[in-house]
Amino acid sequence: MRHIISLLMENEAGALSRVAGLFSSRGYNIESLTVAATEDPTLSRMTLVTAGSDDVIEQITKQLNKLIEVVKVVDLSDGDHIERELMLMKVRAVGKDREEIKRMADIFRGRIIDVTDKSYTIELTGTGSKLDAFLEGMERGAILETVRTGASGIGRGERILKV
Amino acid sequence: MSTELTGAEITVRCLQEEGVDHIFGYPGGAVLFIYDELFKQDKVKHVLVRHEQAAVHAADGYARSSNKTGVALVTSGPGVTNAVTGIATAYMDSIPLVIISGQVPTHAIGLDAFQEVDTVGITRPCVKHNFLVKDIAELASTIKKAFYIASTGRPGPVLVDIPKDVSQQKTAFAYPENVSMRSYNPVIRGHAGQIKKAVQLILEAKRPMIYTGGGVILSDASPQLTELVRVLGFPCTNTLMGLGGYPATDNQFVGMLGMHGTYEANMAMQHCDVLVAVGARFDDRVIGNPKHFFNEDRKIIHIDIDPSSISKRVKVDVPIVGSVSGVLDELIKLLKARKEKPDQTALDAWWTQINLWRARDCLKYDRASSIIKPQMVVEKLYEVTGGNAFVTSDVGQHQMWAAQFYKFDLPRRWINSGGLGTMGFGLPAAMGVQFANPSGAVACVTGEASIQMCIQELSTCKQYSLPLKIINLNNRYMGMVRQWQQFFHGNRYAESYMDALPNFVKLAESYGHVGMKIEQPGDIQNALEEAFKLKDRLVFMDFITDQTENVFPMVPGGKGLSEMILV
Ligand SMILES: Cc1cc2nc3c(=O)[nH]c(=O)nc-3n(C[C@H](O)[C@H](O)[C@H](O)COP(=O)(O)OP(=O)(O)OC[C@H]3O[C@@H](n4cnc5c(N)ncnc54)[C@H](O)[C@@H]3O)c2cc1C
Ligand SMILES: Cc1ncc(C[n+]2csc(CCOP(=O)(O)OP(=O)(O)O)c2C)c(N)n1
Ligand SMILES: [Mg+2]
Repeated sequence: MRHIISLLMENEAGALSRVAGLFSSRGYNIESLTVAATEDPTLSRMTLVTAGSDDVIEQITKQLNKLIEVVKVVDLSDGDHIERELMLMKVRAVGKDREEIKRMADIFRGRIIDVTDKSYTIELTGTGSKLDAFLEGMERGAILETVRTGASGIGRGERILKV
Repeated sequence: MSTELTGAEITVRCLQEEGVDHIFGYPGGAVLFIYDELFKQDKVKHVLVRHEQAAVHAADGYARSSNKTGVALVTSGPGVTNAVTGIATAYMDSIPLVIISGQVPTHAIGLDAFQEVDTVGITRPCVKHNFLVKDIAELASTIKKAFYIASTGRPGPVLVDIPKDVSQQKTAFAYPENVSMRSYNPVIRGHAGQIKKAVQLILEAKRPMIYTGGGVILSDASPQLTELVRVLGFPCTNTLMGLGGYPATDNQFVGMLGMHGTYEANMAMQHCDVLVAVGARFDDRVIGNPKHFFNEDRKIIHIDIDPSSISKRVKVDVPIVGSVSGVLDELIKLLKARKEKPDQTALDAWWTQINLWRARDCLKYDRASSIIKPQMVVEKLYEVTGGNAFVTSDVGQHQMWAAQFYKFDLPRRWINSGGLGTMGFGLPAAMGVQFANPSGAVACVTGEASIQMCIQELSTCKQYSLPLKIINLNNRYMGMVRQWQQFFHGNRYAESYMDALPNFVKLAESYGHVGMKIEQPGDIQNALEEAFKLKDRLVFMDFITDQTENVFPMVPGGKGLSEMILV
């Protein structure tokens, strides 16, 4: 099953490579991984999307906790949470396609953030599946480039991950 | 104004503050300033090995036999890469080590400088933690953290990489008194509710088994374990890493379990209804095929300081995270406070069954053989040393015979590489053991293949007058490999014959030691007695043993614990 794991770790050089190294050396799967410093600059927060049986997920959280620089780990999928991902997409937009693409972006609440006479660059946030749906809806041949950040997650309501 | 010290001085001062009496190392460009400071003092004695792998194994043997953190010092580049086998060996067996490595100067890092390797990157998967110290202001606190992390929780090796310029710069020195790290707080005390549940299960057991491992040794908990086993009257088995945790000469000890464990230990493990696992990690060489293991229904209690050891390979019913010593103290207290006792009738019946298994005499061998049987050499070694020696080993058949036939009554006496299975470990580890236990008798049980992997250390032994006794069980084969080839590869002995062996007696002599060659079973005892009488000499004993002897019992790969090949 797919799990979204959030962790706080010391904002130190090398901490990221320990997490990445753990996943590759133990053969765990990583769907996506995002990381950046938090409001407390000594801490970074990482969101990991992975998949595995319950046993594997249990080992993943235990092994993450074991890393010396990791301060806290939660499996967001254990409860209510919100998940968002950002996608930037550059599409070929000429002639009557320009209208059509603009409408598609509007339906998905995307924004056009850069325009040339041949292309649009669209910014879109949402869950991974919403981004997938948008990708599906666009005509393959029109897509020039896409870049996705991978998911970031946060617990709902009182679920707070903090030191 | 406080006087400023160089990074090199600080490094040595930190070692002094930690009470380190010996470090094992090998010099080179990146650590020259540190060597210079070692030279100027005599609190920390440096032992010069002949290969960095041996430096780490020696520090490791020192740690295993003493419950102190072992320390090794190596230079950058090839110094570090040579040390990696030693570091991985210690990591797999959870041994507390601090490895200090030199690095190229900070301004040269990343430029493919002379003798530069990404030490932190190369060692990351085989250390508990590692540090690159880029700022001299953090040197002392980093070394403090390294010792703290290495020796607390589940122990392990920690590496501190020090660039040459950092060892040369100056700053004020203050050694921190304590460490506190928000991201590292190992759980020591077991959960009271879980311990209560364990007591209940134990009291309800009809066919109980206590299975213990390296965690008992690392936690110095053999007194508690021994008390628990005696109070309950239950059978006890040890893993290869746990030998000596419970006295092997006691009747409640059913021997080692696992791939080469005894028939009775493996049968009892398979058929018990309540299993108490103490500081043992259900290794694949211990439970055989996990599916087969679960053909029988049993409840499992698992005590371990590392949550990730619990329910990793085997689902358990009562996990208890905490140090063995503390948890066993609690457990014993609660058991003694309860009026109920385990069902004695059921326990008697269980022992009757175990004794039937025991009567199978699974470790028997041909004692009348006219060729030396390796098992007999270990038995005689046990007799001649009164069971009091420190015994290190290499990896192979000889390792298994040492584990099966030397009856360890005390912890920290049996020193071997279990998790990584590193040939070449035995001799350098024995050096470390001897430094930690200057008056102890130290024997290294090895094979003619393994010993050649770190044979150069005979020179170190001469330099420091280490009176080790090397017991070379010379079967002219990589016996363990040959055994697998015989059983599973149609007797095709691909590359497992040891050709062109040196004359070990002359080799030992050329290093300045005593050499002996023993070819007759009748000479084993005398030779050993003679060797151990030479209290200040290293004696290399080359026992010419039966080439075809195999280690039994054996659980073949993929088979269940009770599916042993027996003699
Ligand atoms: C040729 C060969 C053959 C082998 N055959 C066998 C065999 O037949 N039988 C066998 O048993 N092994 C055998 N081994 C060894 C095997 O590979 C493993 O190394 C060994 O079984 C692991 O032992 P252990 O479970 O005691 O774990 P260890 O590796 O000793 O781990 C110790 C456990 O205790 C925990 N721990 C550490 N400190 C504490 C503490 N203070 N409190 C609580 N818990 C703590 C750790 O977290 C860890 O889970 C063989 C090895 C070789 C090379
Ligand atoms: C460094 C290393 N290389 C290879 C192996 C694989 N291996 C395990 S046992 C063994 C043979 C050991 O032979 P020897 O030391 O003569 O011991 P014996 O089995 O004959 O007692 C080998 C090659 C290993 N464990 N370690
Ligand atoms: Mg051999």
